[in-house]
Amino acid sequence: MMESLGQAVLLVGTLDREVAAIALLSLRVSLTAVFLGCLVGVPLGAFLGVTRFPGRGVVVAVLNAFMGLPAVVVGLLVYLLLSRSGPLGGLGLLFTPGAMIVAQTLLVTPLIAALVRQIVEDADRELGEQLRSLRLGSWRRAFVLVFDTRFSLVVATLAAFGRAVSEVGAVLVVGGNIAGFTRTMTTAISLETQKGDLPLALALGLVLIGIVLAVNGLASTVRAAAMRAYG
Amino acid sequence: MDRIRRSLIALALLFLGTAAVPAQEQRSITVASTTSTEQSGLFGHLLPRFTQKTGIQVKVVALGTGQALDVGRRGDADVVFVHDRAAEEKFVGEGFGVKRLEVMYNDFVLVGPKDDPAKAAGKDVLEGLRRIAAAKAPFVSRGDRSGTHAAELRYWKDAGIDIAAARGEWYREIGQGMGPALNTASAQNAYVLADRGTWLSFKNRGDLAILVEGDRRLFNQYGVMLVNPAKHPHVKAQEGQAFIDWLVSPEGQAAIADYKIGGEQLFFPNAAPAGRA
Amino acid sequence: MAVTPIVISGLVFRRGGRAVLDGLTASIAATGITAIVGPNGAGKSVTLRILDGLLQPDAGEVRFGRGAGADVRRALVFQRPALIRASVEANVALGLAAAGSGLGRAARRERIAAALHRVGLGDRARDPARKLSGGEQQRLALARALVGGPDLLLLDEPTANLDPGATEAIEELVRGEAAAGTKVILVSHNLGQVARLADDLLVLDRGRAVEHGPAQAVLQAPRTAEARAYLKGELPWTAFAAA
Repeated sequence: MMESLGQAVLLVGTLDREVAAIALLSLRVSLTAVFLGCLVGVPLGAFLGVTRFPGRGVVVAVLNAFMGLPAVVVGLLVYLLLSRSGPLGGLGLLFTPGAMIVAQTLLVTPLIAALVRQIVEDADRELGEQLRSLRLGSWRRAFVLVFDTRFSLVVATLAAFGRAVSEVGAVLVVGGNIAGFTRTMTTAISLETQKGDLPLALALGLVLIGIVLAVNGLASTVRAAAMRAYG
Repeated sequence: MDRIRRSLIALALLFLGTAAVPAQEQRSITVASTTSTEQSGLFGHLLPRFTQKTGIQVKVVALGTGQALDVGRRGDADVVFVHDRAAEEKFVGEGFGVKRLEVMYNDFVLVGPKDDPAKAAGKDVLEGLRRIAAAKAPFVSRGDRSGTHAAELRYWKDAGIDIAAARGEWYREIGQGMGPALNTASAQNAYVLADRGTWLSFKNRGDLAILVEGDRRLFNQYGVMLVNPAKHPHVKAQEGQAFIDWLVSPEGQAAIADYKIGGEQLFFPNAAPAGRA
Repeated sequence: MAVTPIVISGLVFRRGGRAVLDGLTASIAATGITAIVGPNGAGKSVTLRILDGLLQPDAGEVRFGRGAGADVRRALVFQRPALIRASVEANVALGLAAAGSGLGRAARRERIAAALHRVGLGDRARDPARKLSGGEQQRLALARALVGGPDLLLLDEPTANLDPGATEAIEELVRGEAAAGTKVILVSHNLGQVARLADDLLVLDRGRAVEHGPAQAVLQAPRTAEARAYLKGELPWTAFAAA
């Protein structure tokens, strides 16, 4: 274990352009998925956070459960959807980065929606009465509360990014781990592990952890600065 | 609010920019193949030569033979390059593949702990398996419908052992690729049937060593097929056929023979001259 | 436009099996400042929320002079200012989100600037709202309530968290607003404030109106036992009266 770890640390220094390209693809796919997930998840979660309707409890429970959706299952569903023999086969997306983005978007959207719902609902408890008194409609209140809690939402976004960039099940199934095309950090790690090259797998793992740390650090810095400014 | 709106728009553009798939995509085909060819590094050796010559990019999805054939059946690959003759002939027979061409072979090896508690070492793979079963020594099976798995099941049958009945705690089906099977065997000091290519490039061997090799029955033939454009019209028949033609051409065959790990040749080209026509 | 008398008749509001309002009836003058006082749980805040439209009564109704309440512009200021993490002017703009829907961009800016100027925050428009002091935050909340030009201004303990200086500033603003013709209804536990501001005083007890009359008269000589008990029990007021 320690021996592998030592070799891995040394290897990190020697990782080449190929690894950089793989890391960039991981970032591109996961960031895009999180962005698309936010487009749907934030309005959905915020709306659930400010409204009450029959069946809402069920929707929230399902959403919370979907936070733990197994990546492989999502991958399989997207595979069947995008396969040439599937309903969206005509798009020719299977085994492309686009397919990986679709799968990860499906994976993170419920996570984002569920977290946003909780954050906005908490804020609604504090501000909701005032906003209703100002005669704002549901969507308007949802928008104002999302704006008000934007620093907390950064954390939700980070959680979604962490989930996306670290999952292997979905990208492997729908991307196919094609060298130089759909190979991401996680599928590369998985491949090197299978080949028994544990030090290299571990070195790639260290790079992945580094990427996650860097993204988190950047977001936290921005968040802290913004919070200082807006209280 | 204006400043926020502006930064939101900038952010959106940034994301869309990174999301856009490169527009000047070159001609490419998708090949469904096996973990043994991918993980042994053969494709890393062959594909750049082919791409340089033809300008066609080859995207390899590495799966078990059974899964690779399924991908072809669904029309999700242009070419299937696998090693399970019976399954391949069925694939072509059902009309999913145009024609099966033999490309090369490598061989399987029976791998196990150096101290060989079941005394399986020798020149006869069937005898080795009988001894493993008799000793109920730990054995890792791929269990993933791959070509190697199919071969393993064939050997048990030929050895006169009904594995479905004889299996017990000692027989461990993992349902994964060659690499994970070797990792598992290495961790548990178990016996395992492996293709030589993956074994040679495998780095986490632990106490494992080759115990049986050179038996003619361990011969492992690879075949290649174009997915039938009549079934799946979007198949890139022209580019796929170009890849197949190159594999069985003297140039492709030489490139296969060229690939060595530690001075050892992994795959032996044996395309029939007729196949080149 | 000022509201003609607000007629509250037979309001019942139940929450968790308990009647918070139990047949509240009162007629409130169209102008001036009306204070509502009473012990905790008497139903003051619920009354204010029904007047605002935030809550619907289980029975009874409120009539604003010429009938329906929809065309009466109302604004409610809470004990806590409830500001969003944005600039001072963005918070005021929220007050125009519904009330000022017909206004153009320039007109909005003008209204916002005027409202901020009125509460003495004219030069703080770009500051982050949550960075203001407690008193400034409540003045900002008042500006947000006033920017839509309400006919009826509802105040729920607006100075409970403020120091005397900030309280005085708020009271000054409220007095000026009432003088300009806005009807003000104030819930407060601060009887000194009630004495300083209110024209008339409504005393609630267990969901009913127990006394209603000119503020000074009720404060000096409450007629009912409940009102007497409440007014006597409020220590700040006895201290103030003795001084």
